[in-house]
Amino acid sequence: MSDSSAVPAARPPLRRTPLYEAHLAAGAKLVDFAGWEMPVQYAGVIDEHRAVRTAAGLFDVSHMGEFAIAGAGALDFVQSFTPNDVAKLVPGRIHYSALLTPEGTFIDDLLVYRLGEQELMLVVNASNVEPDFAAIAALPRPAGVTLENRSEQIALLALQGPRALSILQPLTATALAPIKYYGFAQGQVDGKRALISRTGYTGEDGFELYVDPHDALPLWRTISAAGAASGLVPAGLGARDTLRLEAGMTLYGHEIDRTTTPWDARLDWIVKLEKGDFVGRSALVAARARGAKRQLVGFEVISRGIARQGCAIVQDGERVGAVTSGTWSPTFEKALGMAYLPVALAEVGTAIEIDVRGKLLAARVTALPFYKRPR
Amino acid sequence: MYPDDYRYTTEHEWVRVEEDIAVIGVTDFAQKELGEVVFVELPQVGHVYDAGDEIGTIESVKAVAEVFTPVAGEVVEVNEALADDPELVNEDPHVDGWLIKIRYSASSDLESLMDAESYAEFAQQGKH
Repeated sequence: MSDSSAVPAARPPLRRTPLYEAHLAAGAKLVDFAGWEMPVQYAGVIDEHRAVRTAAGLFDVSHMGEFAIAGAGALDFVQSFTPNDVAKLVPGRIHYSALLTPEGTFIDDLLVYRLGEQELMLVVNASNVEPDFAAIAALPRPAGVTLENRSEQIALLALQGPRALSILQPLTATALAPIKYYGFAQGQVDGKRALISRTGYTGEDGFELYVDPHDALPLWRTISAAGAASGLVPAGLGARDTLRLEAGMTLYGHEIDRTTTPWDARLDWIVKLEKGDFVGRSALVAARARGAKRQLVGFEVISRGIARQGCAIVQDGERVGAVTSGTWSPTFEKALGMAYLPVALAEVGTAIEIDVRGKLLAARVTALPFYKRPR
Repeated sequence: MYPDDYRYTTEHEWVRVEEDIAVIGVTDFAQKELGEVVFVELPQVGHVYDAGDEIGTIESVKAVAEVFTPVAGEVVEVNEALADDPELVNEDPHVDGWLIKIRYSASSDLESLMDAESYAEFAQQGKH
């Protein structure tokens, strides 16, 4: 038997987050992710996924990057290189945005936190920390604006699931219910300073906790203990991927990269052309005028098998697209995924075939997202 | 852990010989590496294979693994239970999670396989 997902033995030593000991203690299977030794699973991807959908899961996402931008002119500076409208972002609020090339394609997707009048934090993908920082640092920046890569000084825990709030509330004096989705508060959790944000990458309710690296491990243990009776489990990157895929969320390197625009990726809503100029704006205007050639769609596999990233999508014997992400969905118990297809084939219900290791599997275009949490 | 009367391959398959039939499955080490199995693809009964041929695949959420036959011969039976209960491979990899039965044509194919003790050591050394 050969395992086609085998990760080659690491050559340079992998970086570890402050939670490494907790992962070992919990029996995690550790893999190389973006140069970090990260837990892909503990009890199992399916179990962890289902726990997040029905109770709660605790994720270590400390490998992600955080940039601090502050000083007179900081707001305008961030406005100039992101497509979403930071002028509409009041302190205490967050929005989803991107770093685009002058061609309007993705260098990364990211979150923008408005910490203060002229104080912002950008949260970026672990795999892109260096190129993102370099891209921003290369832009003309007003004299009073500071740009700092604070990734090493910040650890990040994500508590996600319908029971997340009830597990977290006893540990903090900050009232959690009033924090709306994509809002945050600065407070303490278990006596440790934390930025508590109502965000996540799972499609469930939940909180992400930005803390000092020295506080991360004790906090992980406290939350784990506090949540045990409610069914809280540690959850790894494997479950993180199946959860976000069900929720129709894009992942850099899959649905978005330097060849895709926000129009391609169904992310029109993060582009506010009317706000003024920003890097990539003119290219996006031109692309929109030309009209979309392809569209990101969801699909479900009907034959037995799982279509994964890179599998060719075939129609009438011709390759028409490729799978950007695909997996087996624990919630729906079928193989699902996302792909780019020509606009003419993007209608829900369209029959397609997917080449999986030489075999053509029957599949069908579906709407996105697959999963929306009950409200 | 690994049944004494089985033989093992470097690809983490096991073989149990029942007269002229070789029963083949994957080991506990293999099922742990894979995670929860969601699909098992098995060959047609009647197909004839050479030793080392790919005879099926086992898919989990995060990986797909090919299964190879250590022996040449004709497939006489496949484990139909796996169509509805693929997780048998995880729950009982060495007995109920068996994959296929082959009427093997050359007992010499079996001779190069590892015994339980050698395999246990091999698996211990990590992924191969």
